Amino acid sequence: MADPNLSATPPQTLSTVPSKPSFWNDPQKRALVFQILLVIGIGLLLWFIFSNTLHNLDKRGIKTGFDFLDRPAGFGITQTLIPYTEASTFGRTFLVGLLNTLLVAGLGIIFATMLGFSVGVARLSKNWLISRIALVFIETIRNIPPLLQILFWYRAILPLLPGPKDSISLAELFYLHKRGLTLPSPLFEPAFIWTFWAFIAALVLAFIIGRWAKARREKTGEQFPVLWTAVGVIIGVPLITFFLTGSPLNWDVPALSGFNFRGGLTVIPELTALLLALSIYTAAFIAEIVRSGIQSVSKGQSEAAASLGLRPNRTLQLVVIPQAMRVIIPQLTSQYLNLTKNTSLGVAIGYPDLVNVFAGTTLNQTGQAVEIIFMTMLVYLAISLTISMFMNWYNKRMALVER
Amino acid sequence: MQAFITRETLPSLPPPNTIKGPMAWMRQNLFSSVGNTIVTVVIVLAILSALIPFINWAFIKADWIGTSREDCTSGGACWVFVYVHLKLFMVGLYPESEVWRTLLVGAILVVTLAGLMIKAVPFKKYIQIFAIIVFPVIAFILLSGDSFGLPHVETNFWGGLLLTLVIAIVGIVAAFPLGILLALGRRSSMPIVKAICVVFIEVWRGVPLITVLFMSSVMLPLFLPEGMEINKLLRALVGITLFQSAYLAEVVRSGLQAIPKGQYEAANALGLTYWQGMYKVILPQALKIVIPGIVNSFISLFKDTSLVLIIGLFDLLATIQGAFASPKWLGYAIEGYLFAALVYWIFCFSMSRYSQHVERSLKTTH
Repeated sequence: MADPNLSATPPQTLSTVPSKPSFWNDPQKRALVFQILLVIGIGLLLWFIFSNTLHNLDKRGIKTGFDFLDRPAGFGITQTLIPYTEASTFGRTFLVGLLNTLLVAGLGIIFATMLGFSVGVARLSKNWLISRIALVFIETIRNIPPLLQILFWYRAILPLLPGPKDSISLAELFYLHKRGLTLPSPLFEPAFIWTFWAFIAALVLAFIIGRWAKARREKTGEQFPVLWTAVGVIIGVPLITFFLTGSPLNWDVPALSGFNFRGGLTVIPELTALLLALSIYTAAFIAEIVRSGIQSVSKGQSEAAASLGLRPNRTLQLVVIPQAMRVIIPQLTSQYLNLTKNTSLGVAIGYPDLVNVFAGTTLNQTGQAVEIIFMTMLVYLAISLTISMFMNWYNKRMALVER
Repeated sequence: MQAFITRETLPSLPPPNTIKGPMAWMRQNLFSSVGNTIVTVVIVLAILSALIPFINWAFIKADWIGTSREDCTSGGACWVFVYVHLKLFMVGLYPESEVWRTLLVGAILVVTLAGLMIKAVPFKKYIQIFAIIVFPVIAFILLSGDSFGLPHVETNFWGGLLLTLVIAIVGIVAAFPLGILLALGRRSSMPIVKAICVVFIEVWRGVPLITVLFMSSVMLPLFLPEGMEINKLLRALVGITLFQSAYLAEVVRSGLQAIPKGQYEAANALGLTYWQGMYKVILPQALKIVIPGIVNSFISLFKDTSLVLIIGLFDLLATIQGAFASPKWLGYAIEGYLFAALVYWIFCFSMSRYSQHVERSLKTTH
């Protein structure tokens, strides 16, 4: 009705080509304009932030740049995996912190996996009591913040341990006390390198045996005890080399002198508390993943295996676990990632991890906030991306091949 | 001689004890084999030997009420420590005369949540609007004051459980719209929008919250124009909101992916614009599916709020640590941490139960 021409002009012949929509009604053009505006908007925001930061830094007299990484740090670190002194540079501090973070993450992943799998299997036990205990463990631990658990171990439980003089000792080799866990440290002689190479060679050998056994099985159907052979090779070959080269390894056994231990290796209490808390916390999540993974394998699978004549152990090993792993692994990786990120909570109890020594002490001493926070975030981002890349690769490999 | 014939059917006999009843249950679940029996006995003994001393310490020999550490005489747990500091743990240094305001906010919150969660309550839509728009305003006016004749209470005085809840709730409510936008952006067909959203989400999800908090407390003041100051709490909230929005975006995205393509096409076919379609057709369905996911991410946010103690805010955990660090109460760390753990546990456990309940009620398949 708005258009008076509509009724006045006779209908024209319909063209097969649709008429061109106006500029604003073309979705493609509209999307283009919108995206250009968005990029301009974000660019303006970043420029605003950038110029403000430069101005503020300038006013505070902070020089930007990464020169500070070559300046001497001038502070000590309680746990260093690589040689480090107060004269070392801030760059070295970064490395020390990174290695400490990776140490906790690595050990934590091992312990959490062991505990988590045990609890997860216990959760499925036929014994009501065992499965209930596992349930209570999971529901208690999951619902308490990890930071609280770290602080609980560090501030409430570890101080209850006796001092070094009355430490709890195991076979006069391991000593547990307030200042940590002291244990014998290995002293490697140069000839030990042969044992190391033998170990590597044994790994390669075991891998080759595995490939060969698999190829033979697929060809002839004959089984070969791969697991036991591999274990034998991996343990046996380095052991023989070790004794052939004349046992080139000594132990530095700790001994009490005065109020402290001399010799040996002392695990600092911060590491103990952080490891305990993070392993237990993550284990509760892993246990649930393991339980749901095993339960996701339908009962028909184990019944089919039983009707084929497989014994319960073999059923578990050949039928249930491989299928459960497909569900478990992706979720497990994301838990490993969480554990790695949670190691940063060590800063609350003074564990010298990346966040503590770099984003904490180094930042306070140099004031180079932008560079330091940027580097720290980049490290965690790199770890995350690496792990998720591995996960995608694994998922693709393990994905169900459906017909 | 007369034959005995029953006219009615006799009541059926109870099942034998070996199949039903507590004895049979114990047989099947606790003593099914020799090995199981040994395990059961060992576990019962272990539990008793650990639990009895703990109960003895925590309840029977404990002191509950008093005014100072001298009232802890019986050698068990000293809950007097918690009793004395209860106000500090709940609301921090909030002025004594104004505590009623925090209680009022808490009461409104509880009533609103009950209205949202209980199915029988009518007018859900209005309650939702109240909870999302009106409640935050009321809560802010009541807590902060400075209007309606209420004296102003600086955020420095907020603390304890109050601060923990404020951070958690503001974090989730403020992150919500941003999370939805990011989720829509990530599924957008515009390549630049998609790329920006993917990068934003993955960066925040890839770094630990503590570095985000460090960033917001150290770098945020540098980002702002000279002379513009924002307080510590607000800085932490900005960091937590950005961090949480990335996680929420992934939760919402999973809901968007679960909506069948036909729904999107139907919205288009009806001539709805993108935003109309999202608002009227897609989001109401998608958000309903992801309620459990949202609750779960709120649980992890609630646990993560404890991290603000590292940047110097006095949340529940920090006030408790501060209390047993004071010379007058030195040495009651275990009681303090156990109390904190109990509070966190009650909140997280009930929320996870609620999310499981919703999950079950949403499940319509068999």
